Amino acid sequence: MQEMMKNRAYALLENGTVDRVLGWTRGEFAYDMTPAVFRNADEVKNGFVYNDFCAANLSKYLVKECRAGGKILVFLKPCDTYSFNQLLAEHRIKRDMIYVVGIECFGKADVEKIKEMGIEGITGITAKDGIYTVSTIYGDKAIKPADVMAERCLACKSKKHVVYDELIGNEGEVVEDCNRFDMVAKLEAMTPDERYEFWRGELSRCIRCNACRNICPACTCEQCIFDNPNSGVSQKAAVNSFEENMFHIIRAFHVAGRCTDCGECSRVCPQNIPLHLLNRKFIKDVNTFYGDYQAGEDPTAKPPLGKYEKNDIEPGEAGGAKE
Amino acid sequence: MQDVKEFRPTIVAFCCNWCSYAGADLAGSSRLVYPADVKIIRVPCSCRVNPLFILRAFQRGADGVIMAGCHPGDCHYTSGNYFARRRMTLLFSMLDYLGIERERTRVEWISAAEGAKFAKTMNEFVATVTALGENKRLEDLRCKK
Repeated sequence: MQEMMKNRAYALLENGTVDRVLGWTRGEFAYDMTPAVFRNADEVKNGFVYNDFCAANLSKYLVKECRAGGKILVFLKPCDTYSFNQLLAEHRIKRDMIYVVGIECFGKADVEKIKEMGIEGITGITAKDGIYTVSTIYGDKAIKPADVMAERCLACKSKKHVVYDELIGNEGEVVEDCNRFDMVAKLEAMTPDERYEFWRGELSRCIRCNACRNICPACTCEQCIFDNPNSGVSQKAAVNSFEENMFHIIRAFHVAGRCTDCGECSRVCPQNIPLHLLNRKFIKDVNTFYGDYQAGEDPTAKPPLGKYEKNDIEPGEAGGAKE
Repeated sequence: MQDVKEFRPTIVAFCCNWCSYAGADLAGSSRLVYPADVKIIRVPCSCRVNPLFILRAFQRGADGVIMAGCHPGDCHYTSGNYFARRRMTLLFSMLDYLGIERERTRVEWISAAEGAKFAKTMNEFVATVTALGENKRLEDLRCKK
């Protein structure tokens, strides 16, 4: 896969279709794959890496790259293409400046899960015939992908590329029976007190590093409302529960109807807060109340909060305890 | 001996200028009684109510927040309350999901001619929130007096 991608990058750089490549490179550790821009074939040859640790969604990086001009080659996994479409719909990126190569994805490995299995000194990962071979400084270890797959990939909503200029591998299909709302439903079934305790336990760990905001492909405001010193939430670890609630409710609300459920927020959270459960609640509610809607599926679709029906459900009737 | 004070809630009511605020006016000029715990904030349209406003009201000490606007279909700006309705539906559902009491938030459609409905709604809502007690789950200790 990596060689096929590199070859496409060489060819497209060579014939002048693109002048740079957005992909992944090795970070501080071998499992730390970080997005990077490559400007010529040499850089691609030496730096470009693609393996099952390359979980980052590259779509958001295009917002900045589009401002720099030129034409960019980007490699997008199926879930990234949804974010790409959503950014197109919001006019944050320019389609004609980007050459999209869709790449097949079978789910990404979560390095934390691998470490939990007691595997240390990881130097790489290869997938072959449905088995991961994790190479370490102590030798190779074979593990089953299902055991170490990231949570969001276990509940993958779609393996379909909704936008691309060319594909490496199959176009893929929407996963019909994904179970991504299971945890949301489980929480909904709890009593309000249990839910409150659950979220207090999760959100009180927030250190307000803003990683979720910075990685989120839907959070592309030039100036975030939380950058305003009068927002009621300061830019530091929260001093009380209100700030934590406020920040996460408002952030989830801002991306409601626009969140494609790419799961990047939870992936980057250094405190492992399941932030995607907030976004999924909104997605589930939108689906229940206003009909199925998948953000990013169709860039011309109207967002659910930007339209209305005359017989929409009343706020008092929608879920929760009734009087 | 310590004075035991009866708990009186603080209620913030966002009322749209064209219907509910006029409804409150009518309730007043008709001498209908509703509790003084209700603090009305006039907004140009229910659609002006940003989810942040609701949270901010709780932060600054509200025990309950109610949003009142024109009946669906009667919006002065044609469709403002339809959008507000979707927003509040999602926000209140989210607050419920986080374990914050569902009864602390409410949306009611009150026209300019419904002074009686305004008074009745506020009486009911104040009673509900009084029964719930102080807002503990969405309070900001820094804003406590």
